[in-house]
Formats: sequence, C-alpha cells, structure tokens
Amino acid sequence: MPNSYTTIIGLEVHVQLATDSKLFCGCSTQFGAEPNTQTCPVCIGMPGSLPVMNRLAYDLSLKTAVALNCEIPEFTKWDRKQYYYPDLPKGYQISQFDLPMSASGYLEIHDEKDRFEPKRIRITRAHLEEDAGKSVHDEQSGTADSEIDLNRTGTPLLEIVSEPDMRSSDEARAYLSELKLLLTYLGVSDCNMQEGSLRVDANVNLHIDTDDGKIATPIVEIKNLNSFRAVERAIDYEAGRQFGIWQETGQKLGESPKQTRGWDDTAGITRGQRSKEESSDYRYFPDPDLVPIIVTPGQVQEVKDSLIELPADLRLRLTNELGLSAYDAEVLVNQGREVVDYFLKVVELCNDAKAACNWVTQEILRVLKEREITIGEFSITAVGLAGLVQAIAEKKLPKTRAKDAFELMMAEGIDIANAIERLGIEQVDESELESLCQELLDANPKIVADVQSGKHQAVGALIGQAKKKNPNVDPGRVREICLKLAQQG
Amino acid sequence: MAITRADIEKVSLLARLQLTDAEVETLTSELGQIVAYVDQLSEVDTEGVAPMAHAVEVNNVFASDEVKASLPREQALANAPSHNERGYLVPPVLGG
Repeated sequence: MPNSYTTIIGLEVHVQLATDSKLFCGCSTQFGAEPNTQTCPVCIGMPGSLPVMNRLAYDLSLKTAVALNCEIPEFTKWDRKQYYYPDLPKGYQISQFDLPMSASGYLEIHDEKDRFEPKRIRITRAHLEEDAGKSVHDEQSGTADSEIDLNRTGTPLLEIVSEPDMRSSDEARAYLSELKLLLTYLGVSDCNMQEGSLRVDANVNLHIDTDDGKIATPIVEIKNLNSFRAVERAIDYEAGRQFGIWQETGQKLGESPKQTRGWDDTAGITRGQRSKEESSDYRYFPDPDLVPIIVTPGQVQEVKDSLIELPADLRLRLTNELGLSAYDAEVLVNQGREVVDYFLKVVELCNDAKAACNWVTQEILRVLKEREITIGEFSITAVGLAGLVQAIAEKKLPKTRAKDAFELMMAEGIDIANAIERLGIEQVDESELESLCQELLDANPKIVADVQSGKHQAVGALIGQAKKKNPNVDPGRVREICLKLAQQG
Repeated sequence: MAITRADIEKVSLLARLQLTDAEVETLTSELGQIVAYVDQLSEVDTEGVAPMAHAVEVNNVFASDEVKASLPREQALANAPSHNERGYLVPPVLGG
C-alpha cells in the first residue's frame, strides 16, 4: 500500500522596512545606487564607530508586530550573531536572539477558490535586524574574484518567522500574499521582490503515514526563492524529492543535520548547499554598543489604537456593510488601499456599491493594468465615476451608451454632463418614443401578429430599427412599449 | 567548567584562527584560567535577580530617520586588501 504524506511548511520572511536611512547610521537605503557609495564607518564596521537605533525602523517593526497580533514584551535587546562571510564586514550581524521585540502572533489565511479551509497561521516571532551586503560576480572582468557591494549593509530588516502550520504550497502562497498585502497596507515596506525588499526562505519536511505510525523526515531549508511562484514550485518539488529519499533511505528527522538547499528556478529543482550550522555556533551575545528598548503596555495600546483598517477587516466591511460578494471584496482589497479608497469615495457619492464595484473591477482595473498606471494616475476621479453611475440611475444616460461615456470621460478628462453633451445623448421623451414604436409596428404587421399569438421575442427585430432611427432610445423601453402597443392593437 | 583542547579547536575554527599545536596547548590552559576566574561569579546567590542585558542602565536611545552623508567611495575602499575602485574584491563566493 502506498504511504500517504502531509507536507509541513514554515516560512521565514525578511522584509526591508521603508526607512530613508539605515538601521544604525545615516546612510541612505535607496536601491540601485553605484556600488559602495552608501556606506560609512558604522555600517562597514570601522573600529570606534557606534550604532544608534533608527527610531522609524523600530516604530515600523512595532506596528507590524502589533498588526500580526504578536505579544510585545516590555523589554527587548539586540545581539551579535557572529559568522564570517565576505558580505558581512563586521564579522557579525546585529540581530535579536533570546529576547526579540515580539512573539506569538498569527495571521489568518483563506482561499477564494476554497482549495483549503480558512485557517490561522501562528507567527513564532518578528524581530528587527540589519541586512548584509551583496556579492556580485563579474564574469567580464576576467578575474575569479567576487566583487562586494556594501550599500545594503545595515539596512533595516524585519524577520517574520511562522510556525510550521502550512500544509500545501497553496497555503504557503496564501500566507505570503496576505502578509504582503498587510505590509503594503501598513506602509512598512514596498515589498518589492525584484529589489530584495521581501525575501522568503521555506522550511519543509514531511509527515509520512506508515504501519508503525507517523514518521517525520529531516527538515530542509530552501533558499533563493525569488517569487511567490518559485515558493510554490520549490515546495511541491521538495515534497516529492523528500518522499523519494525517504523511500530509499528511510531517514528520519534527527538522523541527519538540517540541510540548506537552493532553488534553481530554470531547472525547477533544489540543490544541496552547506549544512546548517548549529545556532550555538553563531555565539550570540548582547551587543554592548546598543542599549535595550523598554516599551510599556500603554505604548503598545497606542499603536494598536492607531492602526488603520487591515485587509481582513476591510473585506468584512465591504461584504457585510456594503453587500459586495466575497469575491468582489477580495478583488478590491487585494488591489491595495488606494483602489479601495477610490471605490469607497464613489460609493459615498452615488450610494450604489454594486454599480461602483462593477465599474472599478471590470473597467478601471483593466485600464490600469493595460496602461501600467495607478488609480492615482487614472483620469476619471471618484467624483467623475460617481457622476456616471448616478446619470445611469437617473436615466440621463442609457446603459447602452455608458461605456461610450466612460471612454470619452477617460480620454478627455471631462465630467459626465460634458460627456453626455459631446455624445449627443438626449433624453427621448415618452410620447416621442411611443410614436416611434407605433410607426415601426405599423410598418411591420407580421411582427404585431406574432406578438399577439404569444411570440414576444418577435419585437427584437424592431429594437435595432429603433436605434437606427434614434440612437438615444433605451432598448429596454422600446421593447416594453412595442409589446404593450402590439398587444393593445 | 573546564576548557578542553576540543573547545579551543572549535572556537578557533569559528574565529578563523589557525593555531599551532603548541598554541592550542597554551590557550587551553590560559582560557581555562580566565573562565575559572570569571566562574567565581557563579558563587553569588542571584535568586530573584533579573538577568542583566546591558552594563549601563540606559534604555531607548534612538536617532531620527535622516539621511546623512556617506563616505566617499575611495575612502570606504581605502583599507581593502583588494578592490577595483568600485567594489571590494574577495576570493570567489560559492553557493551565494
């Protein structure tokens, strides 16, 4: 009988915090500068220099930890994690070891396609640390040396460690998407994966059902995951690989050291890297250059109170208070706060959430995507769109011409009144409409006969003719009136 | 706790220090004495005393998030054993 197994996944996410300057010095954190132009004695570890904590970096960390439902201990300190690597100029990284700034939080995840039940992923801890530099391999220079750029050294990172609570690559993906959305809403990071502002390591092993009970395989840490898609693929690959190895060797957790493997996105496989050093090998000790931080419960409460509405709460509000479907709420919220604010403004002005949602999700998001612009750069304002929605509701604008009006407003940056005028849309009054319908019926006695014998769909042929005679007529009304007149006649 | 040769070998490897056999011998004894000296502190009854994380009783020292001038690149690179005027050059880094 084949053994079934469950994939056990924990994720470590490093997020670069949105500060202008580094964690312990005044060097810029701007991405893309010339190599080694953003360093100083503090971040490259010159003797006699003294690090001082960046206030904003700490505040952003605290805000994130609170939003992740973490407990915030009153006392926290920073430690030196010592290891040698060319991109680590001091020979140690300033990080947090036994007293991190936050612990024991959680993040709730769900799947709009219901591939898994909504669940709570526990957060082990989130701590504030400094980044290392980068090594660049310059093949053109013809030397075998690596070039080191220390611009990134000392940039503030928040490391967010989850418990191994995820059971599939879908769940891992959902966790990362929800976390990224939360961080973006909080404005604590730009989460740009291409620029390394959000980095993911995945810890993966299997629980295999056997005749002798459940067996756990050795844990593998996967690095070099440069996109959410890579995370999903690497987890699926690794689960299959570990199952194969277990079938061959029967090796269990604890029988071999934790292994680090790198994801090769092109080949679609993981490759073995160095074995993970035991944490005691880092010889952590409190950094004597940095003083601890004490935060009172009152201060934590203040941060809690000042938090903006988070994505999960916002989804609830859109469905419960505004009556949107779960799917629509998901689409809007996932677009980010700016789009949601635009939508809410439209609803406030026109009082029709469903119509506003349709315009935003079906038309505006398409345009934003095609033109690669943000809602802030979009030419129809919330006031403008609300005007369009209202004009339709008030029958000043036939539904059939709404799309034309939208396009014109977008192209010319004009309001709805102007667009209606420019399109030559005039309201057709009821008597005019009736005489038009009567004229058509008189010219088509067969249709009248069909309708009278119960074939209502026969009037369809008249709608096109009516529109030819007057483009401003409302097809729905033409249908109603024609039916009424034909039946009377 | 006694310091053994194995401790010295492990610590010197982690610190990337290459020691001769004679140096390992000397350091085992010397570091042993230092640790034994400091270990006298464990005789003090610390029941109910919170662990000390820092030698000075100062907390919450912050700097504001303001960009200040960095070092000119030639100065930053000046002490490097090898550089190409743009970056530090080091023996090839394997496995990223």
